[in-house]
Order: sequence, then structure tokens, then C-alpha cells
Amino acid sequence: MPMPEWLRIRRGKHADQRDAALWSKCPVCGEVLYRRDLAANLFVCTKCGHHFRMSAYDRISMLIDGDFTEIGTEVATGDPLGWVDKKTYPVKIAADREKSGINEGVVCGVGSIDGFDVALAVMDFHFRGGTMGTVVGERITMLLEEARKRKLPCVIFTASGGARMEEGMFALMQMAKTTAAVARFMNDGNFFVTVLTDPTTGGVSASFAFESDVIVAEPKAMIGFAGRRVIEQTIRQKLPDEFQTAEFLLEKGAIDMVVTRAELKPTLVRLLEYAAGGRRAS
Amino acid sequence: MTNPIVERERGLVELERRIAELRDVNVDQPVDMSPEIAALEQKYEEILREVFGNLSPWMKVHMARHPNRPTALDYIDAFERFDELHGDRHFRDDPAIVGGFGLLCGRPVIAIGEQRGRDTKENLRRNFGMPSPEGYRKVRRLAHLAARLRVPIITFVDTKGADPGISSEEHAQSEAIAMCLYEFSQARVPIVATVVGEGGSGGALALAIADHVIMLEHSTYSVASPEGCAAILWSDASKAEEAAARLKLTAQDLQGFGIVDEIVPEPLGGAHRDREAVIARVLGSIDAAVSRLAAMPPDRLLEERYRKYRRLGSWESGQQESDGSHA
Repeated sequence: MPMPEWLRIRRGKHADQRDAALWSKCPVCGEVLYRRDLAANLFVCTKCGHHFRMSAYDRISMLIDGDFTEIGTEVATGDPLGWVDKKTYPVKIAADREKSGINEGVVCGVGSIDGFDVALAVMDFHFRGGTMGTVVGERITMLLEEARKRKLPCVIFTASGGARMEEGMFALMQMAKTTAAVARFMNDGNFFVTVLTDPTTGGVSASFAFESDVIVAEPKAMIGFAGRRVIEQTIRQKLPDEFQTAEFLLEKGAIDMVVTRAELKPTLVRLLEYAAGGRRAS
Repeated sequence: MTNPIVERERGLVELERRIAELRDVNVDQPVDMSPEIAALEQKYEEILREVFGNLSPWMKVHMARHPNRPTALDYIDAFERFDELHGDRHFRDDPAIVGGFGLLCGRPVIAIGEQRGRDTKENLRRNFGMPSPEGYRKVRRLAHLAARLRVPIITFVDTKGADPGISSEEHAQSEAIAMCLYEFSQARVPIVATVVGEGGSGGALALAIADHVIMLEHSTYSVASPEGCAAILWSDASKAEEAAARLKLTAQDLQGFGIVDEIVPEPLGGAHRDREAVIARVLGSIDAAVSRLAAMPPDRLLEERYRKYRRLGSWESGQQESDGSHA
């Protein structure tokens, strides 16, 4: 099976030269980090431990053993409402493709993590704020249907500002569509893990993100239904900093665990091993 | 904020009062005032048509929020019988959600609705119809009960959206809504949802995954409230009118998209101008849908529900149906 171009580049020996930007500044402690060091440290600030938002491609490269067979690449963004504001929706999409290097808000496919075959979806906040429109909903549904057919466990990394406004009710309906696919997948006894990364809100948090068997979150990830600004406007007061963080949700009993990026892959592997009834000989 | 529909109605109320006055006077007067009355009545009809004949999406948003518009309980109370059930069994009873056993056209059902208040006091108690996680957990519990007893689920959608408060976040609003979606997508009984007022975002969808979705003629249903959409996209809630036009949130738009199955007409000027007729019409449509759906084997019902939502997407290439291997 052919390896996707983006994965081949990341596996290649010049992988660390792909970024135009050589330096990144940590938004929390202000430390200026050499991009190569940052990538080597799984995009975690070497000074303060802040977890940077990751691109879907970097995330998949970090997790998957060898090859990755993408699902749903043929699904392309439509313009169901003929949306226009300052720009047309297709123009916004084209600009996001250019900026983010991916063609929609999620990358889905099948690969293996330390020998365990999984169906994997990774959302990317850099594309339209990870919002869920019809393409995101369709690809995740296709992935869950494929996983169900092949009896594979499914792991979904979420990163989303919610439903995509420019696709109106078609975006909202993706909550229904993905949920129906999750329910069928889980009813057959398959294992479902979600990893909530910064941020996971709105239509994504209120659908598949919170429907899984095990909910993992990255440190300090902002997770909630309503956005912070909306809540502050509603109650007319400032919210404490820790409100809606992964740690806050863990304390409230809404998620299973908060796991650092360094521990993430080993944790996923252990979960996959439990669900598989132990480690298979490979 | 004043509701522009209510504003427009003020002029009509004045005209109504004058017509009534003339009628009263006419009874004991030797001079016949009938021609004057007829002229005023004609003018009244003309104004009614002019003001309400062609509502913009933004005006429909206000019609959907009209303080006198029939609410979920107005429909449910018109069932032959209703016994309300309370609470989420964990924390509290959310008054923004009403639900329980009912008898509709002789058939036992579970009825669930989002309930806004009919006056300020009731609105405060019912949180303006914005459910908390406890409310959605009650919805899920009742839907599960319906599925177990094999009785249809009838829902009435009327909310600006799920409550965006601190305690709602602390009690995992996301999870509560997600599990409603999960329950509704799996319930092996007919589900008929009617958007009677405002269908706002995920908080509305939590009651609206259904085999048959009805909307009133001037109800709205959208991915976010127009104010919310304008704030998200343009950081300016005052552009809500523009958002209302762009979101395609009217019943007519949504029927065209295949997201809504049936539109129940309203009298000129809105459902509140002839409540009994509208309520009877809605219950008639619900009963017809339930009768049709109840005749289907549960496996087929579930398969068709899956396909209905599976199809909803606008992308062009590589379109495929669900594998259909699971009944």
C-alpha cells in the first residue's frame, strides 16, 4: 500500500527541515524554542511543559508504526448554503488549505500503534479551528464503519471549536450522523477511545468526543460545551483560569485520565492491549 | 430586547379594539355602522397580510420566540392524558425539560419537551427553556424507558440552546447531550420530533434525532442562534439579522435540504393567533406519523433512521451509502 506523501516526508531523514519557521515561541512561558528541539520533544515546551497544538500529520507520524492507509480522502468540501460574508466559503477553505497544509479538519485512516491495528482519526485545529462540517462528519463516519467491518478498535483525537457555521444545519447534522455510527460500532462490542486535545468544544464535545469507552485528555486542554466567552457573557463575571481545563474535568468526573504527551502513546498501547485481551504475538 | 413581532402587533391590537367598540355601539344605535365596521375589518386584514404575509428569516426568529407562542406543555396538555415524570435520578429535576407518559389518540407514548416560561416568573424557574445536563439526563432516561416499553417517543423542541452556565459545565453538559444523541439514534421505537419554536443548536438536536421531523411554518432550527453565529464568526452579535439570513434556518429552507420532513402551516400572524387549531393540526400530524412508523419492524425503522442521517452531507465525490449490513 502506498505511503501518503506527508508521512513519507516525516519519516525521511530531512524531516526536521520541512518547516519554514525555525523558531516557535511558547505562548505560556514565552521561551523561544528551536523548532527541531520542539518537534523532538513532541511539541511540548522544553521549559514549562506547555503542550503545543499539533498538526494532524505530526500527530499521526508520532503514533503510527509504519504505514497509514487514509480513509475518505476523496470526500471534498462543498458549499451547501452558498455562504458569503467578507469572503465566500470556498475562498476561506482554499486559504485554510494553503495555511494548514491539509485539505480538511480531520485526517482518518488505518494503521498500527506498537503492533495494534487501529482505526485512527486526528482532528486539526489549524483548519477552520477544527470545526465539524460535512467532510469531518463524513470521514469520521466512514472510519467508524470501516472499523466496525474489520472489528478494529477506534481512536479519535479531537481538536475543535465546534460545528462549522458556514455549513449551517448540515454541520449540526454531523453530530447525529457520527453518533449513529459510534453507536453501531460500540454495540458490536468494539473498543472506542477518544483523546481530547486543546480545544474540544461545542458540537464535537457534545457528540463523539464524550461517547467513547475511555476519555483521555492532554494536560491543560480546554474542554467544554459552551465557549469561555459565551459563559462569561452569560454570567457577567470572569471565570477562574482552571475552569474547563482537562484537570478540572478530571476532578469533576467527566473524563478518565489526563496524560502528558510523552506518556500518551504508551497509555494508548496499554488500553489497546486490555481491550484486545492481551498482547498478540506479532 | 423588544420583540419586533410584538411591536407590529400593537397597531393591530388598537384596530381590533376599535372594531370591537363599533360592534358594541352598533347593537343599540339606530344608525347602522356595519359599512364602517366592514371597512375597518378589511383594513385590518390588509395590514395583517402586509405585516405578516412574507416574514424574513429574522422576523421568523422573533415569531419563534414570541411570548404568546404555544409552548411544549400547551401541546402536551392537549393529549388525552399526561402524567409527568420528574428528575434525572442523580442530582435534580430540571424544569426546562418536561416529560412523562401520555395518551395521544388512544396510544400510550412518552412525551418530552423543552419548556420555556409563559411569563417572566415561569421563565426564571424554567431558565428560559435552556436545559441543564440534568434536563438532558432526564430526556435520556425517558427515551430509554420508552424504548424498553416499546412506546413511541414524541418530542417538542423549543430552546435557544443548552444552558451555558458554570454548573452546566461542571456537570458535563457535553456528555449529557452526547448521550441523548446516542440514545435517540438507538431507540427501537418510532420517534417523532416537532420544532414548535426555536431549535437552537445541539441543545435542540438532543431531542430531535427522529424518524419524522416536523416544523411549524414559522419555527426556526439552526446550528447556532443568529446572535451566537454572528458572535462566533464576526465577533459582533449585532449582526444577528445578517446571520439569520445566511444560516438558512427557516422550515422552508430545511425541508428543501431534506433535514425536515413536514411543515405544519400557521395562521397569518403566527400560531398564537389560533392556538387550538394549530395544536390540533400538530397533534394530527404527529399521530399520522406515529401510525405509519409503528407499522414498521424495529430493525427497518432503525436502518432507515441510520440512512436518513448518513445521507446528510453536501460533498460531491465518492458518495456512498451505509454498508447496510447491520439491521
